[in-house]
Amino acid sequence: MTYIAKPKLRHPGIPVNKLGFTHRDYEGSISTLCAGCGHDSISFAIIQACFELNIAPHRVAKLSGIGCSSKTPDYLLGQSHGFNSVHGRMPSVLTGANLANKELLYLGVSGDGDSASIGLGQFVHCVRRGVNMVYITENNGVYGLTKGQFSATADKGSKSKAGGFNADSPLDLVSMALMVGATFVGRSFSGDKAQMVPLIMAAMSHPGPAFIDIVSPCVAFNNHAGSTKAYDFVREHNEAVNRLDLMEPRASIKVEYAPGTTEEVALHDGSTLRLSKLAADYDPFDRIGAMNYLQSRAAAGELVTGLIYMDNNAKDMHANLNTVDAALNRLSEKDLCPGSKGLAAYNASHS
Amino acid sequence: MSGASVSEASRQASGAVNGPSVAGMKPTDIANPDYFHKVVDCQWACPAHTPVPEYIRMIAAGRYADAYMVNWHSNVFPGVLGRTCDRPCEPACRRGRVEEVTKKAEPVAICRLKRVAADNKTDVKHRMPAPAAQKNGKRVALIGAGPASLTVARDLLPLGYEVVLYDGDANAGGMMRTQIPKFRLPETVLDEEVNYILDLKPELRLGQKITSLKSLLAEKYDAVFVGCGAPRGRELDIPGRKEADANVHIGIDWLASVSFGHTTKIGKRVIVLGGGNTAMDCCRTSRRLGGEQVNVVVRSGFGEMKASPWEKEDAMHEGIPIHNFLVPVEFLNSGGKLTGVRFQKVKAETDAKGRRSLVPSGEPDVVMECDDVLVAVGQENAFPWIERDVGLEFDKWDMPVVNPATFQSTNPRVFFGGDAAFGPKNIIWAVAHGHDAAISMDLLCQGKDVGQRPPPMVNLSSQKMGIHEWSYDNDISNDHRFKVPHAPIEKTLKDVKLEVELGFDLKQAFAEAERCLNCDVQTVFDTPKCIECDACVDICPMDCITFTANGAEEDLRHRLTAPALHPDQDLYISTALKTGRVMAKDEDLCLHCGLCAERCPTGAWDMQKFLLNAPKTGYACHK
Repeated sequence: MTYIAKPKLRHPGIPVNKLGFTHRDYEGSISTLCAGCGHDSISFAIIQACFELNIAPHRVAKLSGIGCSSKTPDYLLGQSHGFNSVHGRMPSVLTGANLANKELLYLGVSGDGDSASIGLGQFVHCVRRGVNMVYITENNGVYGLTKGQFSATADKGSKSKAGGFNADSPLDLVSMALMVGATFVGRSFSGDKAQMVPLIMAAMSHPGPAFIDIVSPCVAFNNHAGSTKAYDFVREHNEAVNRLDLMEPRASIKVEYAPGTTEEVALHDGSTLRLSKLAADYDPFDRIGAMNYLQSRAAAGELVTGLIYMDNNAKDMHANLNTVDAALNRLSEKDLCPGSKGLAAYNASHS
Repeated sequence: MSGASVSEASRQASGAVNGPSVAGMKPTDIANPDYFHKVVDCQWACPAHTPVPEYIRMIAAGRYADAYMVNWHSNVFPGVLGRTCDRPCEPACRRGRVEEVTKKAEPVAICRLKRVAADNKTDVKHRMPAPAAQKNGKRVALIGAGPASLTVARDLLPLGYEVVLYDGDANAGGMMRTQIPKFRLPETVLDEEVNYILDLKPELRLGQKITSLKSLLAEKYDAVFVGCGAPRGRELDIPGRKEADANVHIGIDWLASVSFGHTTKIGKRVIVLGGGNTAMDCCRTSRRLGGEQVNVVVRSGFGEMKASPWEKEDAMHEGIPIHNFLVPVEFLNSGGKLTGVRFQKVKAETDAKGRRSLVPSGEPDVVMECDDVLVAVGQENAFPWIERDVGLEFDKWDMPVVNPATFQSTNPRVFFGGDAAFGPKNIIWAVAHGHDAAISMDLLCQGKDVGQRPPPMVNLSSQKMGIHEWSYDNDISNDHRFKVPHAPIEKTLKDVKLEVELGFDLKQAFAEAERCLNCDVQTVFDTPKCIECDACVDICPMDCITFTANGAEEDLRHRLTAPALHPDQDLYISTALKTGRVMAKDEDLCLHCGLCAERCPTGAWDMQKFLLNAPKTGYACHK
């Protein structure tokens, strides 16, 4: 806990984005999580991504369930819409909100308990419906709020802080998201902002269900030797398949990659995704290949991170449902009610 | 941000992991007292190195007497300086850099807080050193009883020195008494602080002007200190000067005459020539002695004037216009009496080498009518009483050669300090010189090497009180600088002794003290404890902290989370971390809010108070 608010004074030389905001303008209230929590690092990656993408804060809706991870939307985007739902029920609330107003950017923030245990059914159905959103799980493998019991994503054989070993098989949310039709899937590590920020930016630019699983060490209950979600373990076993750089139209390119290893992908919003391949034969546009790769690397004890899969022709729920172009919450009675004449004509056509 | 993709900072933050290892900056040596001392900008800038944040915290806590004593030990005249100091600390104050975002950045009112301590303290007499119980058999003479000599006296008397204090005036205090008008420095304040030193029982030889150093040296003193100031006001030798003599006065002499009560009146129309603080004192005093139309005329531009900005403000507030770019060329007389001054108009020009000079603008001359003129165009040192055959070398400007570290002249027994050493400066410089000269005189008298300076007393201690509790108030105030209230101008202009500034009341003083950023509470980084979780980077309100590959300073300064704006401010560099990166912190804009340490899960960051007491002779360090 920190008892003082983050001071309002800021560095006079920090950059300002196209909307005239600094990254400080995207902050929320001060975190109440334990000092050093990986979740806080993810919060600031989201802040950075929104700043870089020139997102107007009032055009974002941030939704969450229950848990350490689900508290975090309070610590970012203080000027955005927010909804803190019942445990595990964020995906349904998000789906409903998106149905009513598709013009907002939907950010679902959840954790391994909220999404892989109590909300598992909600999670898969929200993804398979193709809701246009960025769904982030802050995955630490333990129930931090209840003192560190293993969660459903804890690896088999992983050691708890109290000394016990996990006997159950882990749920892999990345594999599950791929299986049920997510059109953008990534995995990252809270200790690596350089990977996280562009990944979140790319997900925010993606017009379909985008899922990112972020391993986020719990400093209080799961950052010891024998844990597979500790800072040291993840740094040692992190196998990044690629590095990303999201560029706005006509942006100057600042980073030089070794020749022949990069690929540029034009996105539908006009920006360009530059992929720098770290695993030479990994193709993030091949869903089956991605699933195979994930399984084989997991068997070798490695954690695959980076952009795992992207469908550049993704469609979302509104396209599937063939809804009108306008946001439903803006349709007036005149738009929705045909009137008695119209009703009579409609009935007549079906007689 | 237009055109940029992912921010440089976040990319580079981890780009280092795979990067080639390059020879980079050396890890910062925080054991070197200078490193953290520099971070305390105010203390570093203060010639006497007063531990400013330390006493400001005491003021906030209502411990005025403690705050006074912290000041007294380092600058000897807190009450005087709290009203008259040139405040080199304030332009250095970090607060003046971090508030830039509001466009109204102003430093903490350090000087006026010092006055709060002096005005509100309880009796501190019992906390003052007692006269030495035993004399050490050494005898020193101090020439001049101004701030420099009085400081030497204070530092040497408790050690048992027999100190003989000479001054041509009847009272001790020097220029503090004769040149600073009473409406800026009440006599009671000066008397109190001079008396703390006279209570240590120096042998007073007041009203006794030294006319020969040679005969003084013959009196078997073990050491002699020359602290007689810069006593000669510069003359303005232009046509008409002689005829106008009755109404042309040298500024510092005139101020002294007012101070002694010899002068009580001046003409209705007064011209003050000069742009320094003496000129400001002259014009404001004139307003109080009958001057109705008082004009300050300065050769240079307004911005280049030597007077402190607040002194110019105070003068203008009293209805005194300041005219710039006018060079006096003639005193105009009629019937043997001064009638005015003729000025040539000039403008500033910069030559190819970037040197600035004033050249005639070609416009017609300006004539200003007046009854009296005060000349305040500078002061000079003058040593007609020092014989040139006493082993004391003079330089090409006919000034004594003085070692700037030891204040020793080429005659090993003779020391200089204050304005007498290196020309006119300010009281706080005189005090600083006095401390150093006292150390030298002590070393000399003990038969030790004067060049072997004692180290400062330094302490670094954690301020952690609980998991996230600190012994200082780390919440940052958003208040802007408070203005010191003034007595009503109708009253102040009628009484040359009525103090203009009223000083902060205690509520304002508390709020102003809370603006201090506690820059002496240092962010101390312990590399082995760091797990590189980024918590400190994220929470830092000023984006001071970066984890990146090491590199040469020039390169590293371009790869920080936020741009390094002031290259004179140091980077704090850690040893290599587990990932091969280093922690680089730009000290420049750190608020010392301690959030990095609060959000650090492993205690790799800690907030530790750095207390430095500049070296002084024996007692002052231990008291």
